[in-house]
Amino acid sequence: MTDTTGNDVRLQPKQPKKKGLTRRQKRSLSRGIQYVVFVAAVIAFAVAADWDRLANQFAQEDIAEQMFPEVITLALKNTVLYTVSGFAVGLVLGMVIALMRLSSVGPYRWLAGVYIEIFRGLPALLIFIFIGVAVPLAFPGTEIPGGTYGKVALALGLVAAAYMAETIRAGIQAVPKGQMEAARSLGFSPARAMISIIIPQAFRIILPPLTNELVLLFKDSSLVLFLGVTLEERELSKFGRDLASQTANSTPILVAGLCYLLVTIPLGFVVRRMEAKAQEAVK
Amino acid sequence: MTEKTLGSRPEIEVRGLYKSFGDNEVLRGIDLEINQGEVVCVIGPSGSGKSTLLRCVNLLEEPTKGQVFVGGTELTDPDVDIDAVRRRIGMVFQQFNLFPHLTVTENLSLPQRRVLRRDKATAAKVAAENLERVGLSEKASAYPASLSGGQQQRVAIARALAMGPEVMLFDEPTSALDPELVGDVLAVMRMLANEGMTMMVVTHEMTFAREVADRVVFMDGGVIVEDGTPDQVIGSPQHERTRHFLSRLLDPAMAEVEEETSDQVGKGD
Repeated sequence: MTDTTGNDVRLQPKQPKKKGLTRRQKRSLSRGIQYVVFVAAVIAFAVAADWDRLANQFAQEDIAEQMFPEVITLALKNTVLYTVSGFAVGLVLGMVIALMRLSSVGPYRWLAGVYIEIFRGLPALLIFIFIGVAVPLAFPGTEIPGGTYGKVALALGLVAAAYMAETIRAGIQAVPKGQMEAARSLGFSPARAMISIIIPQAFRIILPPLTNELVLLFKDSSLVLFLGVTLEERELSKFGRDLASQTANSTPILVAGLCYLLVTIPLGFVVRRMEAKAQEAVK
Repeated sequence: MTEKTLGSRPEIEVRGLYKSFGDNEVLRGIDLEINQGEVVCVIGPSGSGKSTLLRCVNLLEEPTKGQVFVGGTELTDPDVDIDAVRRRIGMVFQQFNLFPHLTVTENLSLPQRRVLRRDKATAAKVAAENLERVGLSEKASAYPASLSGGQQQRVAIARALAMGPEVMLFDEPTSALDPELVGDVLAVMRMLANEGMTMMVVTHEMTFAREVADRVVFMDGGVIVEDGTPDQVIGSPQHERTRHFLSRLLDPAMAEVEEETSDQVGKGD
């Protein structure tokens, strides 16, 4: 704190003397109070919590050690695999739906709208159950290719597509109308103009929200456990829970949680970098 | 004025053209012919329909009624391959509309490769030639955002030229530019005119119209009011509306405040 509030009279000789604090002084006072309250709250929690019992339940070193290397080589790997495949399905499907939504053909627009409303409104959990139960019932004997991996990609993709379709549509609409006109006037067909000119620009705009969607999917991949998975197909959450019940200790949950953060925090950092870059490009 | 050998067949032909946006009738019966190699400047107050007319000539606006022919092909024929026709028509916009995610060279070569299916080397060669024509070879690898408005517009002209058009349409090409940058763009357009390009130019640049145009068309209220040589239309206008417009344009400070013109048509931009 290096401020010298009000002490230096020479700097403001003509300011009429006011009673009480200046705006600036009030502001630093209020800031100071906020800090004090925050620090007091942290200390209160730290003192009140029973650290020994917490450590006992959540931070058993030997249990944590047991989890390696499977937590990375199996669980984290599967989580990433589920997420990436779901994202890929969602991106393709979302692109198709976004283009349908922007189509001049009425029924396409309508269909896309219905899809978005349904899949945006349903919890991801229900869609997982639906894929796991209803699809085998409705089409007996058919197997979704890729087993659990295929099912997860489909379920996550169906959910993600609804959100991504809206994001992609917004991105396409954010590209100035003159871009399409310039492309058409050069002889591009509507489809070619969309692919070569509009969509590349739209993706620059929507890269940050799409990456956010990736983070959301990363967490939603934990719903895989409702499909019933083999040992080899377990991802972080299931892996952590299984081990937690085996050892009657919650340390695996904490480790699994840290593994999620290991991926989401760098991703969040990347998103912020991209947003900053996009801001710069607009200038 | 330099005498040019003008082809006899009209390169652009507009017959009985009407265009409405909802209830707003912007063009009300336009007939216009532009011969090969001719430079025609279209002038008129904002909202007179001149930009809409230009945009109808390459069908960026769909006419409500009437016919448009370019190089003998009817664009208003519902079965026409409009993309094929547009390859022969270059268009330059007020807002440049360069592709911001591509470099200057890519702006010129991507359309050639995607639309004309030229191979990479040919496209690059044509791009370089046309950049040189507009005097911007040194900006080949720059992105549009780093160029001045005048440079962007010259790149936009080069991009259109790289497609090898028979006709060039200019929609107020200097209206978005700072005054000191207008000259470079007009110089490029003058060069094109001297090379014999068929040009239709919507503009407020009276000096350019006077010196470069073979014909000047004055539009007001969605119709062509006057059509003749620059000396006729700008030098000694026959219609009161033309005189009124020119006096306001040439000496804006002297124009008296008056009631709104009866029908402000078109979406003035």
